Amino acid sequence: MKMKQHMLIVAALVGAVQIATAGDITGKITFKGAPAPEQELPLDPGCGKLHSTKPKTRFYVLGAGGELADVFVYIKDGLTGKTFEVPAAGAELDQRGCEYLPYVSGLQVKQKLSVKNSDPVLHNLHVSPGAGSGNKESNKAQMTGSKAMDYTFDSPEVFLKFKCDVHPWMFAYVGVLEHPFYAVTGKDGTFAIKNVPAGKYTVEAVHRKTHPSGKGESKEATVGAAGAKVDFVIEKK
Amino acid sequence: MARFENNLWLHRFAVVTALATLGLIGIGGLVTSHGVGMAVPDWPTTYGYNMFFFPISEWVGGVFYEHTHRLWASTVGLLVVALTRWLGGNTSRRPLAVVGIAEIAAGMCVLALWPHFKGMGFFLTGIGGVVLLAAMVPVKNQPANRALVNLGWLAFVLVQLQGLLGGLRVVLFKDQIGIVHGMIAQLFLLLLCLIAFATSQTWKRLEEWKDVRVSKAVRSGLSISLVLIFLQLVLGATMRHQHAGLAVPDFPLAYGKVWPPLDDVSLERINQQRVDSRDFKPITAFQIVLHLAHRIGASATVVAVALAVWRVRREMNPIPWLARMASLWLCVILCQAALGAATVWSNKAADITTVHVIAGAISLVLAGVLLAVTLRLHVLHESGVPLVQRSALGKLSMPSQPASAV
Repeated sequence: MKMKQHMLIVAALVGAVQIATAGDITGKITFKGAPAPEQELPLDPGCGKLHSTKPKTRFYVLGAGGELADVFVYIKDGLTGKTFEVPAAGAELDQRGCEYLPYVSGLQVKQKLSVKNSDPVLHNLHVSPGAGSGNKESNKAQMTGSKAMDYTFDSPEVFLKFKCDVHPWMFAYVGVLEHPFYAVTGKDGTFAIKNVPAGKYTVEAVHRKTHPSGKGESKEATVGAAGAKVDFVIEKK
Repeated sequence: MARFENNLWLHRFAVVTALATLGLIGIGGLVTSHGVGMAVPDWPTTYGYNMFFFPISEWVGGVFYEHTHRLWASTVGLLVVALTRWLGGNTSRRPLAVVGIAEIAAGMCVLALWPHFKGMGFFLTGIGGVVLLAAMVPVKNQPANRALVNLGWLAFVLVQLQGLLGGLRVVLFKDQIGIVHGMIAQLFLLLLCLIAFATSQTWKRLEEWKDVRVSKAVRSGLSISLVLIFLQLVLGATMRHQHAGLAVPDFPLAYGKVWPPLDDVSLERINQQRVDSRDFKPITAFQIVLHLAHRIGASATVVAVALAVWRVRREMNPIPWLARMASLWLCVILCQAALGAATVWSNKAADITTVHVIAGAISLVLAGVLLAVTLRLHVLHESGVPLVQRSALGKLSMPSQPASAV
């Protein structure tokens, strides 16, 4: 009994020291080159009346200086052997205006993802994992006003796709990882992976269109008390 | 007891069934062209409703195409069951009853033992009920000849298989099932058209031209063309059901070249530039090769059909309608080639792509009917006597009658 108490104290101390020395990995991602032009979404009348202007595809969301949004940035290597508690708080995906919001997001394995339908039209929720990913494909109806549907995923998979076949322009990607160290770039191209334990890591930045094969750009980052800064420049091939 | 011979209404019914099937292929084409094959996630129910009572107000977006496809398919299923019953005559009632009861029993077993496959259970129970009803129709009509009855039974099996495959494709998430579903649809249409043709007066009148010799070159040319068209349809179905959009976006070149580079860097570049609101899967080298094979196959098919038509027109000119049908076939094939190009130039516009699918189906039907006619004429010519007593193919024919009788 006493031994167990000692072990718990040691574990708590190690955790506290780690948090004390944890830092954020921050950075900015820019895109060089001319991206393919976006297309207007072919909305049907039911979805069209939910918009005052015609929305377009969101493949390349770029700032004035080439800052690239919707890049999934995560720690690819350096966490082997470590396990992380599944966050009690779930993530959320909304269907609003016949579009998924957010377009790209992250989730931890076994963490709950609630998908709701805020639209006055029905949708189907088609989870389309990649072949051999270990996650299960499913397709469920979600009528207008019905309650949110909850999902959890068993295997890590960058860019697990959600789509609606009723409205084929509707899709979103969720990056599922075994740890909580990921971020998605905003419109200014910046990202911040919070509270990363001190150590040396490989950070990968992957964008759905600039890296269609799923293999992104990798960089080394050494995290100390001040965190680490990693910028990426993605060039058009 | 109603006579089978000269049954104009049976022929008309078979034609209606074939036309309905062509329409069904067209709607199926719209489903895949719009990429909405999974818009109704359950089967055979539709968003939890009995599919026949799904509210029209909910037929939105892709649901409209997929749900219409299912309802139309149900109609075709009913027509084919009725056609089987009509062709089989009174003698088909018992086998239909046995099949109907077996399907109901099988459906109930599936529902009880494998709830995961409840869709299949409902489907079997429902279709079994329809078959049982067909068996109970108290009309004592005479059966057609054995070959036609067998073709009817084949259609009966295929229509149910198609229904099952269509449903399983939805619930099992297998693109491969969709490809097989698309291929069988084409063969099913051909089968129904052959049944419709074999119940026509024109089929009977072929005996009037039994002196016309059909050379091996004509028969081979038609056979090769038929096989090439079917292979093209297989390639087309494979491309459509991979949901990858246009693997090659330009024509007649491919990415500006005769043969595009297929290395990883080139593919990465291609996929970076592909922007489509449906967010197709990234293109692979295999898909590009498949697309180019379809183009090469199209060229080979046009040449083969042109040669076959030329031979038919040269050697079969004593039969004017046959020569006209051959010319029509060539026109359809040329239109089909143009539609293929238009499909690329329009970035796979749903209407053009669907017409391309329909024209492909008509090409196969015309090839099949022409081949059936020439084979029958060949057998008639070789036998020198009414076909019905002699050849296996002759079993397709009606009992022979004097030309004046028809």
